[in-house]
Amino acid sequence: MATMNMIQALNSAHRVAMERDPDVIVYGEDAGYFGGVFRVTEGLQKQFGKTRAFDAPISEGGIVATAVGMAAYGLKPVIEIQFADYIYPGYDQIVSEVAKIRYRTAGEWGMPMVIRSPYGGGIFGGQTHSQSPESLFTHIAGLKTVIPSSPYDAKGLLIAAIEDPDPVIFFEPKRIYNGPFDGHHDKPVKPWAKHPASEVPDGHYTIPIGKAAVVREGADLTVLAYGTMVHVALAAVEENGIDAEVIDLRSLVPLDIETIEESVKKTGRCLVVHEAPRNTGFGAELVAEVQERCFYHLEAPVERVTGWDTPYPHAYEWAYFPGPKRLKKALEKVMAD
Amino acid sequence: MADKTAMKPNRPELKLHVPEPRFRPGDTPDFSDLDIPAAGSAPKPDIGVSAAETEPLTKGLVRVLDDNGKAVGPWDPKLDADTLRKILRDMVLQRIFDDRMYRAQRQGKTSFYMKGTGEEAIAITTATALDREDMNFPTYRQQGLLIARGYPLFEMMCQIYSNKGDKLNGRQLPIMYSSKEHGFFTISGNLGTQFPQAVGWAMASAIKGDSRIAVGWIGDGATAEGDFHSGMTFAAVYNAPAVLCIVNNQWAISSFSGIAGAEKATFAQRAVGYGLPGLRVDGNDALAVYAAVRWAADRARSNLGSTLIEFFTYRAEGHSTSDDPTGYRPAGEAKAWPLGDPIERLKQHLLLLGEWDEERHEAMRAECDAEVRAAQKEAEKLGVLPEQGKDNIESMFDDVYADVPWNLAEQRAQAVSEGGA
Repeated sequence: MATMNMIQALNSAHRVAMERDPDVIVYGEDAGYFGGVFRVTEGLQKQFGKTRAFDAPISEGGIVATAVGMAAYGLKPVIEIQFADYIYPGYDQIVSEVAKIRYRTAGEWGMPMVIRSPYGGGIFGGQTHSQSPESLFTHIAGLKTVIPSSPYDAKGLLIAAIEDPDPVIFFEPKRIYNGPFDGHHDKPVKPWAKHPASEVPDGHYTIPIGKAAVVREGADLTVLAYGTMVHVALAAVEENGIDAEVIDLRSLVPLDIETIEESVKKTGRCLVVHEAPRNTGFGAELVAEVQERCFYHLEAPVERVTGWDTPYPHAYEWAYFPGPKRLKKALEKVMAD
Repeated sequence: MADKTAMKPNRPELKLHVPEPRFRPGDTPDFSDLDIPAAGSAPKPDIGVSAAETEPLTKGLVRVLDDNGKAVGPWDPKLDADTLRKILRDMVLQRIFDDRMYRAQRQGKTSFYMKGTGEEAIAITTATALDREDMNFPTYRQQGLLIARGYPLFEMMCQIYSNKGDKLNGRQLPIMYSSKEHGFFTISGNLGTQFPQAVGWAMASAIKGDSRIAVGWIGDGATAEGDFHSGMTFAAVYNAPAVLCIVNNQWAISSFSGIAGAEKATFAQRAVGYGLPGLRVDGNDALAVYAAVRWAADRARSNLGSTLIEFFTYRAEGHSTSDDPTGYRPAGEAKAWPLGDPIERLKQHLLLLGEWDEERHEAMRAECDAEVRAAQKEAEKLGVLPEQGKDNIESMFDDVYADVPWNLAEQRAQAVSEGGA
């Protein structure tokens, strides 16, 4: 057991997977010798050699397409898209190819691969380093979409994703790579070392994809969150003195509907939070599922706290980000009725 | 309204060029000024040649069969008569198959079909020149790969009819075949996607120290996609053991090759800029196709990397059953095409060698015809498209993932209870 931040935990996941399976291949822009701009793949080339961990041209379409060919051959590519904001040149390959190949070949060819990418805001990255495009992938049949929120989960989920027979979009909340973020951007950054989820086993373990985590038990309200917003939501319910149950979805597809349904039926109230824009965001799907399954248990309308329906604005980051103020207001509203 | 500048009145007005094919419906096509180098005139370099040295080969045309059907020049692959007869038979078989399936579509037995008329030599001869275990990432007009590798016509037809025998369970548009066993990757309707995928497969083969190579296919029109560029880039960067084939059949549905950039440079010329050797090959000349693919495959197998081959040919029929080419090109263009018919040309060669005669040709043709008819009869016993999609609705939810998740299980239960439309 070691204390790791999320980057170290993800790096450890790569090492464990690559040691166990010689077919695991890692590549991406700056991901080889240098180890990636966030250093997640640091040292892999040195340990596993240049043909298993290497730099790719600045061509997300080419990175995904070649991973399709490698998976067709029988390898397990784990590719890095440097920022989720850069994934769109690879979108046709992901949507039309990666997601569909098992189906259109009636199972003759699976597409086991992991497409990793840092996503989300809170780092003053402007509109091309801050986006949360998860709903563009959760909408696509054939893809799984996973988002960890702690070092422990990040490692266990990434190993599970690499071992999964199907393609997994693995979005890493870059705001919490180095420490949990409670939404108070004006306060000093907390390191992971003080958080229990920074205790990470050195060896192999997995966290099943499709299983949510109840990160705070409570009786009065269910908060559904993932990624950075898990920590923002946890802080907000504490600060506002609400006995909320906070559920970290961890996997958007497949979704752990049982845990959600059980919790909302218990609490009778639900708040959905995400960084991504509101319109047709993943929260819309969550709200729909909750009202379909729990309508007669609900004491109040289900609320959403999200990013605005604008591009991610650089200087206005903290007016855009769904932080403590917006959460407080929503918590009060959903608890009032 | 978009305003133009009033600031620099003495500068010439800029003009947009929109390429236009030379002949439109009503015109008499005349290709006599097309530069067709003589058969045998192209030099054959060593496989270790540099990309830059192949530049003349990217502008010329590798041709082996001359106008009389004689094999001439350094690219003559000197194939034995049995191999030549096999290629000829496969080409005849494909043409008959295409005609029968086109007719089946017109009879309402399926939704869609695409013929490869005039282009038969390209895929069939490529498959003949490759090892059986080499992997293809084809477009929709490489049915010849399957035919040459002995994929049962019956299986192809079941796929076309989406019937009970369809291995793809009625999920794919007709002719979008897939067969791992025959080294034929699942066809995508999104053009160009397979081209860089082939490079990825080749990279994987190199990563594992395998000896198999990959063949990527793309049409002239789809070379305009970013996937062509990424495929070429990755192929060059990683020295991928791949043969990269552009089938330039002059037409992308109704757009002539000039809309994809052919007015400015040949498609093969693009190779040199990426640092890959390129060849421009008479795609209607089976011997030239064989020799070029063999040369490129030898390069790939020798760790010399990828080669780009442009097969210069002509799409003699419509793009698909949904297309009517009389709306955009002269009816007589295919007949006027100066590189002739690949079947006639190889037949002429075999006749000249004394390895073939009209009687045998007719007998072979009749045999192929009977084979196609027999396969069709068997396939139709398992149903044609209009009868499909009613039974086994639950299968629609399989293979989205390796396991069926709860949401699909719920939807499957609903779909089954509805029992279809």
